[in-house]
Amino acid sequence: MPVDVTLRVNGKDKRLQLDARTTVLDALREHLKLTGSKKGCDHGQCGACTVLIGDRRVVSCLTLALAAEGQEITTIEGLATDDRLHPMQQAFVDNDAFQCGYCTPGQIMSAIACVKEGHANSDADIREYMSGNICRCAAYPNIVAAVKQAAPEIMKG
Amino acid sequence: MRPFSYQRATDPDAAVQALGAAAVASNPLTKAAAQPLAGGTTLIDLMKLDVMRPSAIVDINPLASDWSAIEPGGGALRLGALARMSEVAAHDEIQRSYPVIADSLKLAASAQLRNMATLGGNVMQRTRCSYFRDVSYDNCNKRNPGSGCAAMDGVNRMHAVLGISDQCIATYPGDFAQALIALDATVEIAGKAGRRNLPFAQLHKVPGNTPDIETSLQPGELISAFAIAGRWPRSVYLKARDRQSYEFALSSAAIALDVENGSIRDARVALGGVATVPWRAREAEALLKGQRFDEGLAQRAADAAFADARGRRHNSFKIELGKRVMARALQQAVTMEI
Repeated sequence: MPVDVTLRVNGKDKRLQLDARTTVLDALREHLKLTGSKKGCDHGQCGACTVLIGDRRVVSCLTLALAAEGQEITTIEGLATDDRLHPMQQAFVDNDAFQCGYCTPGQIMSAIACVKEGHANSDADIREYMSGNICRCAAYPNIVAAVKQAAPEIMKG
Repeated sequence: MRPFSYQRATDPDAAVQALGAAAVASNPLTKAAAQPLAGGTTLIDLMKLDVMRPSAIVDINPLASDWSAIEPGGGALRLGALARMSEVAAHDEIQRSYPVIADSLKLAASAQLRNMATLGGNVMQRTRCSYFRDVSYDNCNKRNPGSGCAAMDGVNRMHAVLGISDQCIATYPGDFAQALIALDATVEIAGKAGRRNLPFAQLHKVPGNTPDIETSLQPGELISAFAIAGRWPRSVYLKARDRQSYEFALSSAAIALDVENGSIRDARVALGGVATVPWRAREAEALLKGQRFDEGLAQRAADAAFADARGRRHNSFKIELGKRVMARALQQAVTMEI
Protein backbone atom coordinates (compact mmCIF):
# COMPACT_ATOMS: atom_id res chain seq x y z
CA MET A 1 0.00 0.00 0.00
CA PRO A 2 1.53 3.34 -1.02
CA VAL A 3 2.43 5.80 1.70
CA ASP A 4 2.50 9.60 1.46
CA VAL A 5 6.01 10.94 1.77
CA THR A 6 7.68 14.29 1.11
CA LEU A 7 11.29 14.14 -0.03
CA ARG A 8 13.43 17.25 -0.18
CA VAL A 9 15.54 16.90 -3.31
CA ASN A 10 17.97 19.55 -4.53
CA GLY A 11 16.25 22.19 -2.42
CA LYS A 12 12.68 21.42 -3.47
CA ASP A 13 9.97 19.48 -1.63
CA LYS A 14 8.58 16.60 -3.68
CA ARG A 15 5.35 14.98 -2.55
CA LEU A 16 5.15 11.33 -3.52
CA GLN A 17 3.13 8.22 -2.86
CA LEU A 18 5.57 5.36 -2.48
CA ASP A 19 5.52 1.68 -1.63
CA ALA A 20 7.51 1.23 1.60
CA ARG A 21 10.05 -0.85 -0.34
CA THR A 22 11.09 2.10 -2.52
CA THR A 23 14.70 3.14 -2.08
CA VAL A 24 15.87 6.72 -2.47
CA LEU A 25 17.50 5.62 -5.73
CA ASP A 26 14.23 4.28 -7.16
CA ALA A 27 12.30 7.31 -5.89
CA LEU A 28 14.76 9.57 -7.74
CA ARG A 29 14.90 7.58 -10.95
CA GLU A 30 11.42 6.10 -11.29
CA HIS A 31 9.23 8.69 -9.57
CA LEU A 32 11.07 11.99 -9.94
CA LYS A 33 12.71 11.20 -13.31
CA LEU A 34 16.09 12.27 -11.94
CA THR A 35 18.06 9.61 -13.75
CA GLY A 36 21.51 11.06 -13.07
CA SER A 37 22.01 8.78 -10.07
CA LYS A 38 22.77 5.38 -11.55
CA LYS A 39 21.81 1.87 -10.56
CA GLY A 40 24.87 -0.35 -10.87
CA CYS A 41 24.81 -3.24 -8.42
CA ASP A 42 21.76 -2.17 -6.35
CA HIS A 43 23.51 -3.71 -3.31
CA GLY A 44 25.75 -0.93 -2.02
CA GLN A 45 28.89 -2.32 -3.61
CA CYS A 46 29.61 -0.06 -6.60
CA GLY A 47 28.85 3.53 -5.53
CA ALA A 48 27.12 4.55 -8.80
CA CYS A 49 24.03 5.62 -6.84
CA THR A 50 25.92 7.88 -4.39
CA VAL A 51 24.00 10.99 -3.31
CA LEU A 52 24.39 13.39 -0.40
CA ILE A 53 21.92 13.21 2.46
CA GLY A 54 22.60 16.30 4.51
CA ASP A 55 26.35 16.63 4.07
CA ARG A 56 26.97 12.89 4.14
CA ARG A 57 27.56 10.76 1.07
CA VAL A 58 25.50 7.58 1.12
CA VAL A 59 24.51 4.84 -1.29
CA SER A 60 20.91 5.62 -2.23
CA CYS A 61 20.20 2.00 -3.25
CA LEU A 62 20.35 0.87 0.40
CA THR A 63 18.47 3.88 1.79
CA LEU A 64 14.70 3.58 2.13
CA ALA A 65 12.90 6.64 0.82
CA LEU A 66 10.62 6.69 3.87
CA ALA A 67 13.66 6.81 6.14
CA ALA A 68 15.03 9.82 4.22
CA GLU A 69 11.95 11.97 4.77
CA GLY A 70 12.77 15.39 6.20
CA GLN A 71 16.40 15.28 5.11
CA GLU A 72 18.12 17.27 2.38
CA ILE A 73 18.96 15.03 -0.59
CA THR A 74 21.44 16.36 -3.16
CA THR A 75 21.91 14.59 -6.48
CA ILE A 76 24.14 15.24 -9.47
CA GLU A 77 21.28 17.28 -10.97
CA GLY A 78 21.50 19.71 -8.05
CA LEU A 79 25.13 20.74 -8.52
CA ALA A 80 25.32 23.10 -11.48
CA THR A 81 24.12 26.68 -11.10
CA ASP A 82 22.59 28.29 -14.20
CA ASP A 83 25.02 27.38 -16.96
CA ARG A 84 28.00 26.94 -14.67
CA LEU A 85 29.19 23.47 -13.76
CA HIS A 86 30.15 22.66 -10.19
CA PRO A 87 33.96 22.77 -9.82
CA MET A 88 34.06 18.98 -9.42
CA GLN A 89 32.02 18.47 -12.60
CA GLN A 90 34.33 20.85 -14.45
CA ALA A 91 37.38 19.04 -13.08
CA PHE A 92 36.07 15.69 -14.34
CA VAL A 93 35.65 17.21 -17.82
CA ASP A 94 39.06 18.92 -17.72
CA ASN A 95 40.86 15.75 -16.66
CA ASP A 96 38.99 13.30 -18.87
CA ALA A 97 38.05 11.45 -15.67
CA PHE A 98 35.66 9.02 -17.30
CA GLN A 99 35.22 6.81 -20.29
CA CYS A 100 31.70 5.34 -20.45
CA GLY A 101 30.43 7.77 -17.82
CA TYR A 102 28.11 5.39 -15.98
CA CYS A 103 29.87 5.67 -12.62
CA THR A 104 30.56 9.40 -13.04
CA PRO A 105 27.57 10.94 -11.21
CA GLY A 106 28.36 8.74 -8.20
CA GLN A 107 32.06 9.52 -8.48
CA ILE A 108 31.38 13.26 -8.52
CA MET A 109 28.98 13.20 -5.56
CA SER A 110 31.42 11.05 -3.62
CA ALA A 111 34.37 13.25 -4.59
CA ILE A 112 32.68 16.42 -3.32
CA ALA A 113 32.09 14.78 0.05
CA CYS A 114 35.62 13.35 0.05
CA VAL A 115 37.03 16.87 -0.27
CA LYS A 116 34.72 18.37 2.36
CA GLU A 117 35.55 15.57 4.82
CA GLY A 118 39.21 16.56 4.52
CA HIS A 119 40.22 13.32 2.83
CA ALA A 120 41.70 14.75 -0.37
CA ASN A 121 45.11 15.78 0.93
CA SER A 122 47.19 13.24 -0.98
CA ASP A 123 46.83 10.78 -3.84
CA ALA A 124 46.83 7.90 -1.35
CA ASP A 125 44.12 9.57 0.73
CA ILE A 126 41.95 10.19 -2.33
CA ARG A 127 42.34 6.60 -3.52
CA GLU A 128 41.46 5.24 -0.08
CA TYR A 129 38.46 7.47 0.50
CA MET A 130 37.14 7.10 -3.05
CA SER A 131 37.36 3.29 -2.95
CA GLY A 132 33.60 2.97 -2.58
CA ASN A 133 33.16 4.11 -6.19
CA ILE A 134 34.08 1.46 -8.70
CA CYS A 135 35.02 2.50 -12.27
CA ARG A 136 35.05 -0.49 -14.60
CA CYS A 137 36.71 1.60 -17.32
CA ALA A 138 39.47 2.15 -14.74
CA ALA A 139 39.68 5.91 -15.17
CA TYR A 140 41.14 6.04 -11.66
CA PRO A 141 44.31 8.07 -12.35
CA ASN A 142 42.26 10.81 -14.01
CA ILE A 143 39.64 10.71 -11.26
CA VAL A 144 42.40 11.32 -8.70
CA ALA A 145 43.65 14.23 -10.84
CA ALA A 146 40.14 15.69 -11.04
CA VAL A 147 39.62 15.51 -7.29
CA LYS A 148 42.97 17.21 -6.72
CA GLN A 149 42.10 19.98 -9.19
CA ALA A 150 38.70 20.72 -7.66
CA ALA A 151 39.67 20.38 -4.00
CA PRO A 152 41.10 23.90 -3.40
CA GLU A 153 38.14 25.61 -5.04
CA ILE A 154 35.63 23.55 -3.06
CA MET A 155 37.46 24.19 0.21
CA LYS A 156 37.43 27.93 -0.57
CA GLY A 157 33.65 27.50 -0.64
CA MET B 1 11.77 -7.52 -2.03
CA ARG B 2 8.77 -8.72 -0.07
CA PRO B 3 6.27 -6.18 1.24
CA PHE B 4 6.66 -4.85 4.77
CA SER B 5 5.16 -2.21 6.99
CA TYR B 6 7.33 0.73 8.02
CA GLN B 7 7.17 2.63 11.24
CA ARG B 8 9.43 5.11 12.97
CA ALA B 9 10.25 4.56 16.62
CA THR B 10 10.18 7.83 18.50
CA ASP B 11 11.70 6.62 21.78
CA PRO B 12 13.48 3.48 23.03
CA ASP B 13 10.42 2.05 24.78
CA ALA B 14 8.32 2.42 21.64
CA ALA B 15 11.05 0.71 19.59
CA VAL B 16 11.30 -2.22 21.96
CA GLN B 17 7.51 -2.46 22.11
CA ALA B 18 7.14 -2.42 18.33
CA LEU B 19 9.85 -5.02 17.83
CA GLY B 20 8.62 -7.21 20.66
CA ALA B 21 5.01 -7.12 19.50
CA ALA B 22 5.81 -8.81 16.21
CA ALA B 23 8.42 -11.18 17.64
CA VAL B 24 7.80 -14.87 18.07
CA ALA B 25 9.85 -16.02 21.01
CA SER B 26 10.94 -19.32 19.47
CA ASN B 27 12.34 -17.67 16.36
CA PRO B 28 15.99 -16.75 16.24
CA LEU B 29 16.40 -13.00 16.17
CA THR B 30 17.52 -13.03 12.56
CA LYS B 31 14.17 -14.48 11.47
CA ALA B 32 11.99 -12.28 13.68
CA ALA B 33 9.06 -10.78 11.78
CA ALA B 34 9.99 -7.27 12.92
CA GLN B 35 13.50 -5.99 12.30
CA PRO B 36 15.11 -2.75 13.44
CA LEU B 37 16.44 -0.44 10.72
CA ALA B 38 19.53 1.61 11.55
CA GLY B 39 22.00 2.19 8.68
CA GLY B 40 20.28 -0.48 6.61
CA THR B 41 23.48 -1.54 4.89
CA THR B 42 23.03 -5.20 5.85
CA LEU B 43 19.27 -5.39 6.25
CA ILE B 44 18.15 -3.78 2.99
CA ASP B 45 20.83 -5.69 1.08
CA LEU B 46 19.67 -9.04 2.51
CA MET B 47 16.01 -8.17 1.96
CA LYS B 48 16.76 -7.50 -1.71
CA LEU B 49 18.45 -10.92 -1.84
CA ASP B 50 15.37 -12.46 -0.14
CA VAL B 51 17.62 -13.82 2.62
CA MET B 52 15.84 -11.72 5.24
CA ARG B 53 12.07 -11.46 5.03
CA PRO B 54 10.71 -9.21 7.77
CA SER B 55 7.07 -8.15 7.55
CA ALA B 56 7.68 -5.08 9.69
CA ILE B 57 10.53 -2.56 9.76
CA VAL B 58 11.01 -0.40 12.82
CA ASP B 59 13.19 2.60 11.94
CA ILE B 60 15.24 3.32 15.06
CA ASN B 61 17.20 6.25 13.60
CA PRO B 62 15.10 8.79 15.55
CA LEU B 63 16.66 7.31 18.71
CA ALA B 64 20.02 8.71 17.62
CA SER B 65 19.51 11.74 19.86
CA ASP B 66 19.74 9.37 22.86
CA TRP B 67 21.92 6.61 21.49
CA SER B 68 24.72 8.10 19.40
CA ALA B 69 27.01 9.83 21.88
CA ILE B 70 30.78 9.23 21.70
CA GLU B 71 31.94 9.61 25.28
CA PRO B 72 35.62 9.12 26.13
CA GLY B 73 36.75 10.36 29.50
CA GLY B 74 37.66 9.34 33.01
CA GLY B 75 39.85 6.56 31.61
CA ALA B 76 36.91 4.81 29.97
CA LEU B 77 34.82 4.94 26.81
CA ARG B 78 31.14 4.69 26.02
CA LEU B 79 29.91 4.53 22.44
CA GLY B 80 26.24 4.92 21.53
CA ALA B 81 24.99 2.12 19.30
CA LEU B 82 23.63 4.57 16.74
CA ALA B 83 26.89 6.46 16.31
CA ARG B 84 27.97 6.14 12.68
CA MET B 85 31.19 4.28 11.90
CA SER B 86 32.69 7.33 10.16
CA GLU B 87 32.05 9.62 13.14
CA VAL B 88 33.76 7.29 15.58
CA ALA B 89 36.68 6.60 13.22
CA ALA B 90 37.32 10.35 12.82
CA HIS B 91 37.08 11.20 16.52
CA ASP B 92 40.38 12.62 17.81
CA GLU B 93 40.25 11.02 21.26
CA ILE B 94 39.32 7.61 19.82
CA GLN B 95 42.31 7.83 17.45
CA ARG B 96 44.58 8.79 20.34
CA SER B 97 43.41 6.49 23.13
CA TYR B 98 41.83 3.61 21.19
CA PRO B 99 43.59 3.37 17.81
CA VAL B 100 42.46 -0.26 17.46
CA ILE B 101 38.86 0.98 17.41
CA ALA B 102 39.49 3.88 15.04
CA ASP B 103 41.44 1.70 12.62
CA SER B 104 39.01 -1.23 12.70
CA LEU B 105 36.28 1.19 11.63
CA LYS B 106 38.37 3.14 9.12
CA LEU B 107 39.54 -0.01 7.34
CA ALA B 108 36.01 -1.38 6.94
CA ALA B 109 33.64 -0.96 4.00
CA SER B 110 33.60 2.31 2.02
CA ALA B 111 33.22 5.96 2.99
CA GLN B 112 29.55 5.87 1.97
CA LEU B 113 28.78 2.73 3.97
CA ARG B 114 30.67 4.04 7.00
CA ASN B 115 28.52 7.19 6.86
CA MET B 116 25.40 5.03 6.99
CA ALA B 117 26.25 2.04 9.15
CA THR B 118 25.94 2.32 12.92
CA LEU B 119 28.08 0.63 15.56
CA GLY B 120 25.20 -1.55 16.76
CA GLY B 121 24.33 -2.65 13.26
CA ASN B 122 28.00 -3.22 12.48
CA VAL B 123 28.44 -5.87 15.15
CA MET B 124 25.14 -7.48 14.09
CA GLN B 125 26.09 -7.71 10.39
CA ARG B 126 25.55 -11.12 8.82
CA THR B 127 28.14 -13.37 7.23
CA ARG B 128 29.27 -12.82 3.64
CA CYS B 129 29.20 -16.58 2.92
CA SER B 130 28.14 -16.67 -0.72
CA TYR B 131 25.92 -19.72 -0.16
CA PHE B 132 24.13 -17.98 2.69
CA ARG B 133 23.58 -14.91 0.52
CA ASP B 134 22.30 -16.84 -2.51
CA VAL B 135 18.87 -18.36 -1.88
CA SER B 136 19.16 -20.53 -5.00
CA TYR B 137 21.25 -22.80 -2.75
CA ASP B 138 18.81 -24.71 -0.55
CA ASN B 139 21.52 -26.22 1.60
CA CYS B 140 22.48 -23.61 4.14
CA ASN B 141 22.10 -24.56 7.80
CA LYS B 142 22.09 -20.91 8.74
CA ARG B 143 19.16 -20.03 6.47
CA ASN B 144 17.40 -23.41 6.44
CA PRO B 145 18.33 -25.36 9.59
CA GLY B 146 19.05 -29.01 8.84
CA SER B 147 19.48 -28.48 5.09
CA GLY B 148 23.25 -29.00 5.02
CA CYS B 149 26.13 -26.70 4.11
CA ALA B 150 27.08 -25.99 0.51
CA ALA B 151 30.29 -24.29 1.61
CA MET B 152 31.86 -27.38 3.21
CA ASP B 153 32.88 -28.81 -0.15
CA GLY B 154 32.18 -25.73 -2.21
CA VAL B 155 34.13 -22.59 -2.90
CA ASN B 156 35.26 -21.94 0.66
CA ARG B 157 38.32 -19.73 0.24
CA MET B 158 36.77 -16.96 2.35
CA HIS B 159 35.52 -19.27 5.08
CA ALA B 160 36.49 -19.75 8.69
CA VAL B 161 39.17 -22.00 10.19
CA LEU B 162 38.39 -21.32 13.87
CA GLY B 163 35.14 -21.83 15.77
CA ILE B 164 33.72 -23.97 12.99
CA SER B 165 31.36 -26.94 13.27
CA ASP B 166 30.32 -29.64 10.84
CA GLN B 167 27.16 -27.57 10.30
CA CYS B 168 28.68 -24.21 9.35
CA ILE B 169 32.00 -22.60 8.42
CA ALA B 170 30.68 -19.11 7.62
CA THR B 171 33.06 -16.33 8.62
CA TYR B 172 32.05 -13.48 10.89
CA PRO B 173 32.89 -10.64 8.49
CA GLY B 174 33.22 -7.54 10.70
CA ASP B 175 36.28 -5.65 11.94
CA PHE B 176 35.07 -3.44 14.82
CA ALA B 177 33.91 -6.48 16.82
CA GLN B 178 37.49 -7.71 17.13
CA ALA B 179 38.44 -4.43 18.79
CA LEU B 180 35.48 -4.71 21.16
CA ILE B 181 36.19 -8.28 22.20
CA ALA B 182 39.89 -7.55 22.66
CA LEU B 183 39.13 -4.61 24.96
CA ASP B 184 36.61 -6.59 27.06
CA ALA B 185 33.73 -4.33 26.03
CA THR B 186 30.33 -4.49 27.66
CA VAL B 187 27.16 -4.37 25.55
CA GLU B 188 24.26 -2.34 26.91
CA ILE B 189 20.95 -3.82 25.81
CA ALA B 190 17.44 -2.39 25.95
CA GLY B 191 14.52 -4.80 26.07
CA LYS B 192 10.98 -5.24 27.28
CA ALA B 193 12.22 -6.28 30.71
CA GLY B 194 14.40 -3.17 30.98
CA ARG B 195 18.13 -2.68 30.47
CA ARG B 196 20.75 -5.39 30.83
CA ASN B 197 24.51 -5.54 30.32
CA LEU B 198 26.34 -8.35 28.59
CA PRO B 199 30.07 -8.98 28.11
CA PHE B 200 30.71 -8.48 24.40
CA ALA B 201 32.40 -11.90 24.33
CA GLN B 202 28.99 -13.45 25.08
CA LEU B 203 27.11 -11.63 22.31
CA HIS B 204 28.03 -13.84 19.36
CA LYS B 205 27.51 -17.59 19.39
CA VAL B 206 29.66 -20.15 17.58
CA PRO B 207 27.56 -22.14 15.09
CA GLY B 208 27.70 -25.57 16.77
CA ASN B 209 24.50 -27.41 15.88
CA THR B 210 22.47 -24.19 15.58
CA PRO B 211 24.15 -21.89 13.04
CA ASP B 212 20.85 -20.04 12.64
CA ILE B 213 21.27 -18.64 16.15
CA GLU B 214 24.01 -16.04 15.76
CA THR B 215 23.78 -13.95 18.91
CA SER B 216 22.36 -14.06 22.42
CA LEU B 217 20.07 -11.10 21.73
CA GLN B 218 16.38 -11.93 21.95
CA PRO B 219 13.73 -10.67 19.54
CA GLY B 220 12.67 -7.24 20.78
CA GLU B 221 16.08 -6.45 22.25
CA LEU B 222 18.25 -3.64 20.94
CA ILE B 223 21.88 -2.74 21.56
CA SER B 224 21.96 0.79 22.97
CA ALA B 225 25.70 1.26 23.69
CA PHE B 226 29.14 -0.28 24.15
CA ALA B 227 31.31 0.46 27.16
CA ILE B 228 35.06 -0.06 27.56
CA ALA B 229 37.14 0.30 30.72
CA GLY B 230 40.62 1.74 30.53
CA ARG B 231 42.58 3.51 27.80
CA TRP B 232 44.45 1.49 25.17
CA PRO B 233 46.79 3.85 23.31
CA ARG B 234 49.13 0.96 22.46
CA SER B 235 46.73 -0.88 20.20
CA VAL B 236 46.52 -1.69 16.49
CA TYR B 237 44.20 -3.23 13.95
CA LEU B 238 45.93 -4.94 11.04
CA LYS B 239 43.86 -6.24 8.14
CA ALA B 240 45.01 -8.41 5.21
CA ARG B 241 42.68 -8.61 2.23
CA ASP B 242 42.49 -9.30 -1.49
CA ARG B 243 42.53 -5.62 -2.40
CA GLN B 244 43.95 -2.69 -0.50
CA SER B 245 40.67 -0.97 0.30
CA TYR B 246 36.95 -1.69 0.50
CA GLU B 247 37.22 -5.42 1.10
CA PHE B 248 36.51 -7.88 3.88
CA ALA B 249 39.42 -9.37 5.79
CA LEU B 250 41.07 -12.60 4.77
CA SER B 251 42.73 -12.30 8.12
CA SER B 252 42.97 -9.50 10.67
CA ALA B 253 44.27 -8.96 14.16
CA ALA B 254 43.24 -6.56 16.90
CA ILE B 255 46.03 -6.14 19.44
CA ALA B 256 46.14 -4.09 22.62
CA LEU B 257 49.18 -4.13 24.88
CA ASP B 258 50.29 -2.67 28.16
CA VAL B 259 54.09 -2.63 28.06
CA GLU B 260 56.29 -1.42 30.90
CA ASN B 261 60.10 -1.38 30.80
CA GLY B 262 60.03 -3.71 27.81
CA SER B 263 57.86 -6.27 29.55
CA ILE B 264 54.30 -7.10 28.44
CA ARG B 265 52.06 -6.54 31.47
CA ASP B 266 48.78 -7.15 29.68
CA ALA B 267 48.04 -8.42 26.18
CA ARG B 268 44.78 -8.58 24.29
CA VAL B 269 44.58 -10.45 21.01
CA ALA B 270 41.53 -10.89 18.79
CA LEU B 271 41.36 -12.33 15.29
CA GLY B 272 39.08 -11.51 12.36
CA GLY B 273 38.39 -13.00 8.95
CA VAL B 274 39.38 -16.46 10.17
CA ALA B 275 36.63 -17.39 12.64
CA THR B 276 32.88 -17.88 12.79
CA VAL B 277 32.56 -15.26 15.53
CA PRO B 278 34.70 -12.38 16.82
CA TRP B 279 37.62 -14.44 18.15
CA ARG B 280 39.62 -13.82 21.30
CA ALA B 281 42.95 -15.66 21.34
CA ARG B 282 43.36 -16.17 25.10
CA GLU B 283 46.01 -18.89 24.73
CA ALA B 284 48.17 -16.39 22.90
CA GLU B 285 47.55 -13.74 25.53
CA ALA B 286 48.65 -16.12 28.29
CA LEU B 287 51.94 -16.77 26.48
CA LEU B 288 52.61 -13.06 25.99
CA LYS B 289 51.92 -11.84 29.51
CA GLY B 290 54.98 -11.15 31.63
CA GLN B 291 57.36 -11.70 28.71
CA ARG B 292 59.76 -9.47 26.82
CA PHE B 293 58.81 -9.21 23.17
CA ASP B 294 60.83 -10.82 20.42
CA GLU B 295 60.00 -12.49 17.12
CA GLY B 296 60.16 -15.95 18.64
CA LEU B 297 57.56 -15.01 21.23
CA ALA B 298 55.27 -13.59 18.53
CA GLN B 299 55.60 -16.82 16.57
CA ARG B 300 54.81 -18.99 19.57
CA ALA B 301 51.81 -16.85 20.44
CA ALA B 302 50.54 -17.07 16.85
CA ASP B 303 51.04 -20.84 16.79
CA ALA B 304 49.03 -21.09 20.02
CA ALA B 305 46.22 -18.92 18.61
CA PHE B 306 45.81 -21.19 15.59
CA ALA B 307 46.51 -24.54 17.31
CA ASP B 308 42.89 -25.65 16.85
CA ALA B 309 42.43 -24.18 13.36
CA ARG B 310 41.10 -26.52 10.69
CA GLY B 311 41.18 -25.61 7.03
CA ARG B 312 39.19 -27.04 4.17
CA ARG B 313 39.97 -27.31 0.48
CA HIS B 314 40.39 -23.63 -0.37
CA ASN B 315 40.97 -21.84 2.92
CA SER B 316 43.89 -23.63 4.60
CA PHE B 317 46.15 -20.75 3.58
CA LYS B 318 44.37 -18.65 6.20
CA ILE B 319 46.11 -20.54 9.00
CA GLU B 320 49.61 -19.45 7.95
CA LEU B 321 48.37 -16.03 6.82
CA GLY B 322 46.55 -15.53 10.11
CA LYS B 323 49.67 -16.33 12.12
CA ARG B 324 51.77 -13.89 10.13
CA VAL B 325 49.17 -11.13 10.39
CA MET B 326 48.97 -11.66 14.13
CA ALA B 327 52.76 -11.67 14.57
CA ARG B 328 53.14 -8.53 12.48
CA ALA B 329 50.37 -6.77 14.41
CA LEU B 330 52.09 -7.66 17.68
CA GLN B 331 55.33 -6.21 16.36
CA GLN B 332 53.54 -3.01 15.31
CA ALA B 333 51.87 -2.68 18.71
CA VAL B 334 55.13 -3.16 20.59
CA THR B 335 57.07 -0.66 18.49
CA MET B 336 54.42 2.03 17.99
CA GLU B 337 55.13 5.50 19.40
CA ILE B 338 52.61 6.55 22.02
